[in-house]
Amino acid sequence: MTLSRRQFFRTASGAVAFASSYGVLAKAGLAQGNPIKVANILDATGGLNIYCLKQIKATAMAIDEINKAGGLLGRPVELIFYDSQSNNQFNSQYATQAFVRDKVDVLIGGVTSSSREVMRPIVQRFKGFYVYNALYEGGVCDRRHMCPGLVPAQQVAPLVDYVVNEKGLKKGYILAADYNYGQITAKWMQKFIREKGGEDLAVEFFPLDVTNFAPVISRIQSAKPDVVWSALVGDAHMSFFRQYQATVGKDNIPLAATTYGLGRENATLTPDENEGIMIATSFIDALPTEAAKSFVERFKAFSGEDEYVGEYAEYGYRGTMLWAEIVKKANSVAPDDVMAAVDGVTFDGAGGRYTMDGQTNHVIMDVHIAVGNREGSFDLLKSFSQQPPADTQAVCNLFENPNDTKQYEPEL
Amino acid sequence: MIPEFSATAARPPKAWWWGVIALIALAMVMLPYYVDIALQLDLSIIFVFALLALSMGFLWGYAGILSFGQTIFFGLGGYAYAVLALNTGMTGLPFLGALLIPVAFSALLGYFMIYGRISDIYLSVTTLVVTLIFEKSIRSTSGPEYVIGSVRLNGQNGIPGVPGLTLPWLDGAPLSIEGVFYLTAGAMLLVYVALRLLLTTRFGRVIVGIRENERRMELLGYDTRLYKLGAFVLAGGIAALSGVLYALWGNFVAPEMFNLNQAAQVVIWVIVGGRSTLIGPIFGTGIVQYTSNWLGTVGVGQVTLVLGIVLMVFVLVFPRGLLPTIGDAFGYVRRRVAGRGAAR
Amino acid sequence: MIATTLYLIIYSISLLMLVSLGLAIIFGMMKVINLAHGEFMMLGAYACVLCVNAGAPLWLAFAAAALAVGLFGIVVERLIIRFLYGRIVDTLLATWGLSLFLVGLVTTVFGPQAWSISARFGNVSFGGMNFSAYTFVLIAISIGMVVVTWLIARLTTVGLIVRGTMQDATVASGLGVNRNLVYMGTFGYGAALAGLAGAVLVPITGASPSLGLFFVAKAFINVIIGGHLPLIGTIAASSLFGTIDGFVSYVWSSVVGEVSVLIVAVILLRLLPLGITGRLRSGL
Repeated sequence: MTLSRRQFFRTASGAVAFASSYGVLAKAGLAQGNPIKVANILDATGGLNIYCLKQIKATAMAIDEINKAGGLLGRPVELIFYDSQSNNQFNSQYATQAFVRDKVDVLIGGVTSSSREVMRPIVQRFKGFYVYNALYEGGVCDRRHMCPGLVPAQQVAPLVDYVVNEKGLKKGYILAADYNYGQITAKWMQKFIREKGGEDLAVEFFPLDVTNFAPVISRIQSAKPDVVWSALVGDAHMSFFRQYQATVGKDNIPLAATTYGLGRENATLTPDENEGIMIATSFIDALPTEAAKSFVERFKAFSGEDEYVGEYAEYGYRGTMLWAEIVKKANSVAPDDVMAAVDGVTFDGAGGRYTMDGQTNHVIMDVHIAVGNREGSFDLLKSFSQQPPADTQAVCNLFENPNDTKQYEPEL
Repeated sequence: MIPEFSATAARPPKAWWWGVIALIALAMVMLPYYVDIALQLDLSIIFVFALLALSMGFLWGYAGILSFGQTIFFGLGGYAYAVLALNTGMTGLPFLGALLIPVAFSALLGYFMIYGRISDIYLSVTTLVVTLIFEKSIRSTSGPEYVIGSVRLNGQNGIPGVPGLTLPWLDGAPLSIEGVFYLTAGAMLLVYVALRLLLTTRFGRVIVGIRENERRMELLGYDTRLYKLGAFVLAGGIAALSGVLYALWGNFVAPEMFNLNQAAQVVIWVIVGGRSTLIGPIFGTGIVQYTSNWLGTVGVGQVTLVLGIVLMVFVLVFPRGLLPTIGDAFGYVRRRVAGRGAAR
Repeated sequence: MIATTLYLIIYSISLLMLVSLGLAIIFGMMKVINLAHGEFMMLGAYACVLCVNAGAPLWLAFAAAALAVGLFGIVVERLIIRFLYGRIVDTLLATWGLSLFLVGLVTTVFGPQAWSISARFGNVSFGGMNFSAYTFVLIAISIGMVVVTWLIARLTTVGLIVRGTMQDATVASGLGVNRNLVYMGTFGYGAALAGLAGAVLVPITGASPSLGLFFVAKAFINVIIGGHLPLIGTIAASSLFGTIDGFVSYVWSSVVGEVSVLIVAVILLRLLPLGITGRLRSGL
């Protein structure tokens, strides 16, 4: 225990100053001792920042809490933030800079799959350790990488189970964003819908900048499905939920979505548009557990923002805390020791228990089925306990192939 | 007026210029021994983009062709290298192939526009639209059905894991960060020197003549369209080189290489440095890239906010760009000093 | 089926006219390419959201958005554009800087998330299909914008003075016209149309910092293909691209729709390098 009361105070003031600037925390943090350095590379600027701004703050909060609790392995933790400006070129530059110039012990960040694939080889080159806090298409098999987010099978299976079996909505019309995540998630949707005795009428993909959904809404009405499945992503695609509600309406044909809520769509759409959308997620603000309530309160106090927090913020906190737990188990921050200690580490977080699966370096977690309400939030319908990242497990075994670094496309 | 800072410097460079070039070359060779590889990486990407800016600056400042779409050849070069190298497992031949494909395409597009007498702002817009078509098309290739040889085009996500250049005398190991630094620095310096010398040749003087007065050059018996096409293809080749080096630098290519933002950034680099010089675009790239790189680490909030202000200030206050403005000021002072000397 | 296709085509055309008329007027009348056009729309969208949240009815919010962005346009003209007349590339760069600045500013002030308003217009059923009633409002406003602009230019003295100044500024000022005022007013009017367009889009897309980016490329291509006559050009180019986009997106997919629009644009530029109205001497 090396922290004095004054150091505590300095850390806390750093957290307050953080609200106005990211750089301050690093400077005001515990300068004494030999700090453990954490790099966080995320997009505060540019089109991807709807996924990042809360996560940046949540990561800072995690570091702040670790420091307040006496640091990690008795050492203070220093956070260095880099704004990759929604541009992969900066991910490449900052990742290198983090390892070479700033000599960080762990790299956290990247929100898109492409930014992750740019940074992973750099992590390999400098033999570092990398935490990727996002929901993605699955399949990354790399001991220097861990992902605490959901992968498609983990998320789609419970959602399909609920919608097709319990709700009896058999005929589905699938809409997905036109990139890897959307393409792969759409395939999982088709597979599970068929397995549960449903039927997929059509699958359509949309470039990420499409805002006019009138043509597809007309096609949906001609096809007359029981339910519309959405894996739409991003700012532009939010228009779909507005236009759908203004024409078809969820009362006539319900909506089920895998990505809805990640960009905090629920908090920004109107009550009419949000109400009734069914989602599968690992965290919503309204989870009726003490851990979730406490997390939401602490985050609001830390960030000074009184609005919906959401899953991506919780990912930032969860990923950082899981890494810290692994470090504690390894009793070392050296990436090679951390890598060896991953399997079986648990952290009881806001969304339930998170258990590291050493076979894939992904996370076994609870998946919650929820439905949008009129308050810009979600109501919990049902929880599926401890879902494994089954799609990635089917293609990846880091116990047998520790030197694997590939991203597999899960086979269906 | 300092000849290096003006678009009419068709005279052969003087001895001091060669001296400066030699000094810079020496500095580049020495640099990796003194700075860490993160800085080398930052500098390398500036050199890569400087080539792209050079291709646009040369075309605009000297041939009078304002192309917003040099990113077409930049992106094509990168993608061609990625696809060829991943398919063949080689890197040397794909490097050459990746230069040839965009050059062929620039000849086609240039022929189409220049012989079609599309001019001025309409040529600019055509190039911009073509680059947007490439971006949209590449973005829509996420599905597994879009494969060239054994390489998935991968749409939005781009192609990761593009192999680094292997040189036979380096035992087949891919180029290290230092290697990429030498490669990009060397390429940029060579292209700069080559363009500077080109301007002193007949070809260089003719294209500057066309920029000044195309009708007059036609009446003098020059096939102006052929000369313009030549300049366009040359610039396309430089942009393609930049694209291949970009792929080698970051080991990835992505549709962003073609997008509006990238295209507009090239214009900014050229404008900030000075459009009517060769050295200007290089400096402009350095300043803008370094600034946004630095801003991303200091927590200014929104980086675009600062960049936007910089751009507006430049257009309003230094419309000719940094270097020509400095050059003018320098020339003014020198004339004043010389004038005073003569009065004595 | 035919009714649906027709509806989608008319809707597409209206959307294009809506987002490009302001840009076309500024480009056609003043030879200024306003790359901040999309951000003007975005400001209009935010103005609309703020008004509605303050309790104003939607139509009033539309008017307020047009007015606010129009005034903002006048300020921009005085502070930036007026120094750059005749330098087409410089205006493009300065307005691009303005666009980056506004995106950054709005993200800082309002956050990255989209803002919404609750506007319930319900839907209209026809032949077993539901259509959003609001899209008909949008179509009407879009057509209204074109008609009002035409009436102002054709029938009022202001319109006559503006047209005269754009044709020959020297002669006009010789006749006692205040050129500065005309330029300022025209830019303000174009900006006001952009603001209105942004406000009208709010129930469909919401207001977010990236709103402008989604439309600026489309509007830009539309205006260039339309050529130097803002009204005829906008109507012609919007009709052409709207028809292609509406039809292809419905029978095929959104991706193919967008790519086919771009390919037609390039072919047209080859055939008519000065745009559809490039050969027309006079008109609007």
